[in-house]
Amino acid sequence: MHLHLKIWRQKNGDQPGKFVSYELPEVDEGSSFLEMLDIMNEQMVSKGEEPVAFDHDCREGICGMCSLVINGEAHGPQRATTACQLHMRHFKDGDTITIEPWRAKAFPVVKDLVVDRTAFDKVIQAGGFITARTGSAQDANEVPIPKPVADKAMDAAACIGCGACVAACPNGSAMLFTSAKAGHLNLLPQGKAEKDERTLKMVEAMDKAGFGNCTNYGECQAVCPKEITLDFIAKMNRDYATARVRKFFSKAC
Amino acid sequence: MELNSNIPEGPMAQKWSTHKTKIKLVNPANRRKYHVIVVGSGLAGASAAASLAEMGYQVSCFCYQDSPRRAHSIAAQGGINAAKNYQNDGDSVHRLFYDTVKGGDFRSREANVHRLAEVSVNIIDQMVAQGVPFAREYGGLLDNRSFGGAQVSRTFYARGQTGQQLLLGAYQQLSKQIGLGAVKMYNRHEMLELVLVNGHAKGIITRNLVTGKIERWAGDTVVLATGGYGNVFFLSTNAQGCNVTAAYRAYKKGAGFANPCYTQIHPTCIPVHGEQQSKLTLMSESLRNDGRIWAPKSKEAAAKLRKGELKASDIAEEDRDYYLERKYPSFGNLAPRDISSRAAKEACDEGRGVASTGLGVFLDFRDAIKRLGKDVIAERYGNLFDMYQCITGDNPYETPMMIYPAVHYTMGGLWVDYNLESNIPGLFVAGEANFSDHGANRLGASALMQGLADGYFVLPYTLGNYLGEEGIASAGKIKSDHPAFDAAEKAVRDRIDKFLSIKGDESPRSFHQRLGKIMWDKCGMAREKSELQQAIKDIQALRKEFWSRVRVLGEGTELNQELERAGRVADFLEFGELLCRDALMREESCGGHFRVEHQSMSEDEDVKSGLVSEGEAKRDDEHFAFAGVWEYQGDDVEPKLNKELLTYEVVHMATRSYK
Ligand SMILES: Cc1cc2nc3c(=O)[nH]c(=O)nc-3n(C[C@H](O)[C@H](O)[C@H](O)COP(=O)(O)OP(=O)(O)OC[C@H]3O[C@@H](n4cnc5c(N)ncnc54)[C@H](O)[C@@H]3O)c2cc1C
Ligand code: FES
Repeated sequence: MHLHLKIWRQKNGDQPGKFVSYELPEVDEGSSFLEMLDIMNEQMVSKGEEPVAFDHDCREGICGMCSLVINGEAHGPQRATTACQLHMRHFKDGDTITIEPWRAKAFPVVKDLVVDRTAFDKVIQAGGFITARTGSAQDANEVPIPKPVADKAMDAAACIGCGACVAACPNGSAMLFTSAKAGHLNLLPQGKAEKDERTLKMVEAMDKAGFGNCTNYGECQAVCPKEITLDFIAKMNRDYATARVRKFFSKAC
Repeated sequence: MELNSNIPEGPMAQKWSTHKTKIKLVNPANRRKYHVIVVGSGLAGASAAASLAEMGYQVSCFCYQDSPRRAHSIAAQGGINAAKNYQNDGDSVHRLFYDTVKGGDFRSREANVHRLAEVSVNIIDQMVAQGVPFAREYGGLLDNRSFGGAQVSRTFYARGQTGQQLLLGAYQQLSKQIGLGAVKMYNRHEMLELVLVNGHAKGIITRNLVTGKIERWAGDTVVLATGGYGNVFFLSTNAQGCNVTAAYRAYKKGAGFANPCYTQIHPTCIPVHGEQQSKLTLMSESLRNDGRIWAPKSKEAAAKLRKGELKASDIAEEDRDYYLERKYPSFGNLAPRDISSRAAKEACDEGRGVASTGLGVFLDFRDAIKRLGKDVIAERYGNLFDMYQCITGDNPYETPMMIYPAVHYTMGGLWVDYNLESNIPGLFVAGEANFSDHGANRLGASALMQGLADGYFVLPYTLGNYLGEEGIASAGKIKSDHPAFDAAEKAVRDRIDKFLSIKGDESPRSFHQRLGKIMWDKCGMAREKSELQQAIKDIQALRKEFWSRVRVLGEGTELNQELERAGRVADFLEFGELLCRDALMREESCGGHFRVEHQSMSEDEDVKSGLVSEGEAKRDDEHFAFAGVWEYQGDDVEPKLNKELLTYEVVHMATRSYK
């Protein structure tokens, strides 16, 4: 198939960027979206033009590295599919495709389609963990966890940290990402001891990193490649409220 | 090169515990005086960095991705082994040890494997404590499944995302230490050189992939946990960035590279679709618990299937060849990977392959769906089925999957002793990057186990032993202004300048693709002497071409993915030759290394007695029961072969039979 591409080009974070148009005459419909970009880049190299930088690694929809806004949608038109798992058979011969980086205050553009997502790491560093010093664990079957609880925790833990939720949110909020991790850990018996502390610290880190507020647009859920649901946000809001109250009273006495 | 395996004395089952009581310790107050460099944030690197930081060492950790959470361990699907025997089906440390030695076709170091089996149980405890949401039974206890090469259910899993969940566990623990300032994390930093001072590993040189800045890092010891080199084949199940650079740079500085030819071809991957393909996708081995592998019995039927004139469901039961069940009745569809891969190749070579290219066989869930219902199958494999459909457009609930073997894992790696220390003092190697535990073939669900064993339960002890022996007076003594850093940095800069100055007409990617084709055609699933000799010549010619014709656009002082690729491909172009040399040297077939000249024949005793079938890999224990360790001798000079002889005290060397 023949494609017309409009791609965001930006030399680095300090310089302004713009859309540049490219023609791509021959793409196999069995190719993935990123293979399509590879072909385009090869074509550019052969013409002596500098290829387009984009992030990717596993190309299996699990590492969370790929991060493209395709025709205005984070990860493109397919539900529950990362850009790397999107295949060209979902496009038509002659289509015009617009490709941009994630756009959010907390994710500055590094170059072309590459952004800096270290703000996510900061949120995890603040409290997105269960403290279990190496070698100090009890037997794994000591504490049974009911299957529905384990399954629910796993639903949240499936987050790949790609940042599509932030890119899709008109406020650039990281609530879905943060609540998925808080939800995963807060649900488990192992995570109970640090639950309040974790929730307060992660929310604080999220605000500090420059992510916006959540005003319930729900765009994040719609684009999430792992189908993380809004109820984790609701759960984190509850956990946060309880933690605040408990903290207030523990200080008071 | 001196290769002392440093295997502790004493009976096999006591070696590790005795060793731990004897090795040197670093007192807690002194640990913060040492700086440990950990390259890699996969299971091995992240677990090591986090644990060492908890113990009090100053740690710096490096990865090339934009976050440590994205290391390729994240992509592991199926599960992790541990000898917990929660299923009460006769598992034990000894059995896991035995299965791994046998699965590795008697080419691994027994003592290391025993330790791996011992600490496997601690790994599960550790990961559960950290909140890894492993699959559970209704009663709330941990669930298990079976993997190839085992007759017990010892594999723990988290849906089809076990690697992701384990890595996130280790990443979270690492993140805590980063938050506390105990680990300094450097994302988007690629290690391009190892620095030796007086023969000891004392630092690295990196390139900041965002700014292009070349930086020096001095440390008291260096840990490489940089993953495998499967991408030397261009197409593999590895992530795009996986590379041999860190390990190869260490090799060029004198570290021994062991068994590079031991590469694992995974039997169940989605077949290649065309020239534009950039990677191959694995379908987890766990699918073989319920899926049945078959090819049509007749070539004619296969031809019609390829053309789309017949559908899989048109082939009657008696016209299907469930070849694994036929050839290996006691293991059936769960025969080890090397054996299953070769059996698929054999069926396709006979003209019985399906998929448009003829390079594919069926993995069929029809019977399992009939037996267990669609819901149970969806619960077990839903995300894998979705992934398959997403890539191929076919629905595996209705039509069987098509699969073909693909390069997946590399058993070879830097040589290490029992302490995971290479022959360069102070250089430790962990995870897929080392060669130690899997011999010539790795069993499914054992790589995650090994990565975490190395990082959590081995390095924290053995690294302290090295530092303890060096003594506290040595702590932090070497600074990055030492002349050795000048030379290493200069080498890195010169190489980058060279890439940018060639200004040729062919992209690094194109060279990589060409190298991959040589490797797969001539050093893939079946290897033969003259083909290997040809491959070496072809690679040498290609390498020459590369250095005169490669085109690397852009600059060195910015984010430049072409430059990154050029560096990795340049190392693959040298390393590919080493791999072929090793394959040529090893005049036997073992595990993942299959030399067509060495296979069982109808007149062999083992075939006559019915122990193995014709055409199975034939080891030569008399001449090849050693790890082949290559020593760099200079550019374009043949490397020197050193041998670590392998002896087996507990598991007696025998012909592997999975019949
Ligand atoms: C698709 C797939 C499925 C798998 N499924 C299973 C399974 O079910 N069970 C199982 O046991 N095993 C499985 N494996 C194998 C297993 O995942 C890997 O062997 C294991 O995770 C490797 O871990 P590691 O820590 O050694 O390396 P990796 O996770 O690959 O990490 C390497 C690290 O090194 C860094 N790095 C590399 N080079 C450099 C450099 N030059 N400079 C700086 N940093 C560098 C990377 O950034 C990364 O952080 C699977 C593998 C694949 C590919
Ligand atoms: S490249 Fe890993 S999720 Fe897309």
